[in-house]
Amino acid sequence: MKADRDRKYSAADRDAVPEAVPDSKTPEAKAPSAAQLDYLRRTRLVRSQVRICRVMVFVLFLALWELGASTGAVDDFIFSSPSRIARCFWSMAQDGSIFFHTGVTLWETVLSFLITSALGLTLAILLWACPVLSQVAEPYLMMLNSLPKSALAPLLIVWLGANLRTIVASAVSVAVFGSIMTLFTSFSRTDPDLIRLVRSLGGGKGAVLTKVLLPSSIPLLINSMKVSLGLCLVGVIIGEFLAADAGLGYLIIYGQQTFSMDQVVLSIVLLCLISALFFQGISLLERRLH
Amino acid sequence: MTPFLEISGVSHSYHTLEGETKALSHISFTVQKGEFLAIVGPSGCGKTTLLTLLDGLVLPEEGSIRLEGQPVESARRRIGYMFQKDCLFEWRSILENVSLGLEIRQRASSPHSAPAPPLPPDAQEELLSMLKTYGLASFAGARPSELSGGMRQRAALIRTLALKPDLLLLDEPFSALDYQTRLTVCDDICSILRSQKKTAILVTHDLSEAVSAADRILVLSARPGSIRAEIPLDFAGETSPIRRRNLPEFSKYFNQVWKEMQSHES
Repeated sequence: MKADRDRKYSAADRDAVPEAVPDSKTPEAKAPSAAQLDYLRRTRLVRSQVRICRVMVFVLFLALWELGASTGAVDDFIFSSPSRIARCFWSMAQDGSIFFHTGVTLWETVLSFLITSALGLTLAILLWACPVLSQVAEPYLMMLNSLPKSALAPLLIVWLGANLRTIVASAVSVAVFGSIMTLFTSFSRTDPDLIRLVRSLGGGKGAVLTKVLLPSSIPLLINSMKVSLGLCLVGVIIGEFLAADAGLGYLIIYGQQTFSMDQVVLSIVLLCLISALFFQGISLLERRLH
Repeated sequence: MTPFLEISGVSHSYHTLEGETKALSHISFTVQKGEFLAIVGPSGCGKTTLLTLLDGLVLPEEGSIRLEGQPVESARRRIGYMFQKDCLFEWRSILENVSLGLEIRQRASSPHSAPAPPLPPDAQEELLSMLKTYGLASFAGARPSELSGGMRQRAALIRTLALKPDLLLLDEPFSALDYQTRLTVCDDICSILRSQKKTAILVTHDLSEAVSAADRILVLSARPGSIRAEIPLDFAGETSPIRRRNLPEFSKYFNQVWKEMQSHES
């Protein structure tokens, strides 16, 4: 009984515990019972405890790092330290270079993400619409999907030059095959009865696609977008390691070669922030669509 | 006079790499306009295959199916199909679900207008009044998951009736419901079909459902399905399935159908 209530709430809303019972249509909404209030109080307590612990872990980590660096227990020339990272950020913010590099990486990632999404969706639809094609392509897709795409990067540099095109191509190559396969699998697993219904109502392949396949695949579409956005970032950094004169990947390699670890760690911190930002962005889209 | 629906000499098989399975063998029967026909038979006897052929989505390997003299595959617009599952789309409201057929049909008649044109307001009105007639008016904006099984099946019926079919094919439409809901929904839906004088073919494995709802019963044999018996039902004008179940004829017909099915199993 209690487990049931718990499940209902965690599924309904993970982030915000409502002040009162959310569903105003139910008669109980006006006067929540004592047990319900108690339940809400306990849930809110757990949630705030989790939040506090999260912040504590972060603060503790930074504090130990800084303490270690200042006492010499940690060599801050190699491991850097929070204060050195902050100073590095400040000086690079003065001349704007850190914003420039971050902006370049962001732009490259967004561009390759858009190309990956469009290409992935189009090819998945094509494979679904043409079963023979999908059977022919299957082993090749499997192979390309499991191939370590970083192996392609040197080849891409020779073909496309050390520029934006190589970086975007390497990012797309990392993400696109998985995206095609996920979407195609989702399309082929669509409930055959729903497809049969649309056919029986007189719809052709186009109607099946727009009325059933795409709407029923939206949750998976968003999941696949989450994955491919992460993979695009991986691909962009691989590309920037090898073929760039700007961007966070370039900054990491440059910082490593000139032994300025502050720069390297700062770039990694910024990458963490970018990933979190992207994830939040897609989650926002997900909530908008529901 | 040509019969409303004429099935003559229909045979059909399924093919796999392992071999061929004959599903139907030399089926012939006719259905009159406004008649309610039930088809019963042991599971796997090709009942659903027969309905799929009647829907014109698949052509029979042998024989022909004609609706008022016209080959059924070119008369598909006149046929409505109701599934075992309600197949409501969870991402659409009930009103959007029942308008699905109209949307598709409209799209099919103007395939080149890129965004699907919205339904004309009078079509919307009509759907709303149908929802009202069948007690779903207050659920027009609800998601299918908010409805009970019986209400969902009624919504599925409205989706089919919205296209104004002349012939309705019902593929065990009540079998997914629990027993009580099943009796009332069967009663509901049969009275709707009777009041609209629809010609309907109900496929079911539930003998009592067939006896309570139909004007005539065809008994199919085990695979490959062929017609073993034809039993006309006479309830002296009583059409309500629930009231029929209380009449003395009910058990008489039930036993008759039961015996027919038993005699072919041995």
